[in-house]
Amino acid sequence: MNTATPLDLRAKIRLYWLLTKPLQSGLLLATGLAGYMSARCPVFNLDTLLGLAGSLFLAIAGSTILNMWWDRDIDACMRRTQSRPTSAGLLDPREVLRVGLIVSALGIGWAVGIDARYGLLVFAGLFFDVVVYSIWLKRRTCWSIVWGGVSGAMPILAGRALGVGAVDWIGITLALGVLFWIPTHTLTFSMKFAADYQAAGVPTFPSTYGLGVTRAAIALSSVLAALAMILAGYGIGMAWGFLRLLGVLSAGLLLLAFAITFRPSEHINFSLFKYASLYMLAAMILVVMDVLS
Amino acid sequence: MKPSPLDRVLLLLTAILASYQVAIGIEGVGTFSILAYTIGFGILLIAILLILILGLEVLELPAVVIVSTLLPVSLAVGLVGQYLPTWRVPSLIGAGIGLLAVALTRRPRAPAWAAMVVVALVHGVSGLVLFSLPIVLVLSGYTKYAFLLVSLGSALIGLLGLLLTFLRRGRPKTDLFRYLPTLFFLLTLCFTLGFAFR
Repeated sequence: MNTATPLDLRAKIRLYWLLTKPLQSGLLLATGLAGYMSARCPVFNLDTLLGLAGSLFLAIAGSTILNMWWDRDIDACMRRTQSRPTSAGLLDPREVLRVGLIVSALGIGWAVGIDARYGLLVFAGLFFDVVVYSIWLKRRTCWSIVWGGVSGAMPILAGRALGVGAVDWIGITLALGVLFWIPTHTLTFSMKFAADYQAAGVPTFPSTYGLGVTRAAIALSSVLAALAMILAGYGIGMAWGFLRLLGVLSAGLLLLAFAITFRPSEHINFSLFKYASLYMLAAMILVVMDVLS
Repeated sequence: MKPSPLDRVLLLLTAILASYQVAIGIEGVGTFSILAYTIGFGILLIAILLILILGLEVLELPAVVIVSTLLPVSLAVGLVGQYLPTWRVPSLIGAGIGLLAVALTRRPRAPAWAAMVVVALVHGVSGLVLFSLPIVLVLSGYTKYAFLLVSLGSALIGLLGLLLTFLRRGRPKTDLFRYLPTLFFLLTLCFTLGFAFR
């Protein structure tokens, strides 16, 4: 009896799980679910809710696996990413490509099966992330993050569109909130690991325009993200109490964004990076709580 | 210094209580007081989140003096606005002047004694209002006994201010940091319960 195979399979599943970037995928999934619930549709329609969660998770995980496959050469040059299963050579690249394509196809297929419009938006997210951001622009221009942001904004737009049956201004504003939030998150990251990106030859805002412009961009995108989230909250019809709380959390984001502009330090940079994730998660929880309350 | 796991739980509970106060706990007290309380509990919430992210050293930043002044001042203004509406405008003007004075005396060229006197004065007046007004309201039958918890909470804010002053005076950080999460939790709990059962 061969006991090596199940162990190998478990190890492989664990490696593929790491390739899906569970925290990042979980946060994007949370935005999709919040977008759906923001429609105030019957959110306990278990079939649709499970379908949304499953299809979105597969599509996000699939696109992340494909990104990891494509970027394995530059990941190997960066200290932060060189231990990833793809860059460390722990998985066969052809197999990673196959798995990425299958998982993505399953996610898109499931999404289209639920609703064609929803499926199209989920596909757009995957296309912008893998083809436009990773394959086409990431190694050419630091502005690639805009397209990365567009793909990151698709889950919330898709969720909202599935809930209301249309792409409405609230969905677009929610998507803009995520789109403007992403530079706050990624630019602080690219400042922290500037040397890594330089070693890999990936153009970033800090290496192209300098730290001053990058900090200004972070501040501006934080202001726009906060405004968009508050406007979307108002549009959804969020209770005043929850809107106040969203305003307070947005004020925290703005405070750190201005601190990084006028009193820059590694500490502030790190705290903004962490706070930005917390902010988005809290905003999504508020949307859901408002609907459920 | 990173908070211990127990301290992190206390800080998380504090953040949840402060969030509850901003979102639900202050409903129905009038726009003026809602705004003032939102500033007070909002500052508390952001401070706790920053402590959770950055550690307790965040309390050593120079801006903490201004921010920690804003906390009792905004809560005191909210309380005055809610229970002594005729004093609303004077309290707002007083708070504005006080905060402006604190900000101006933090400038590098301002004499150290002026900074100390102004902070002590602004903290003292707002602390006195925050401590004594609930007692007066309870004794005169306007509110239930539970509202005395707001006085207790304001006393704890005073204690917090004292600890922060010790911190700036160079007392051992580890000793002081040990008490801060518990203090934050207790003062927020007092305010939450005091407002809930008023």
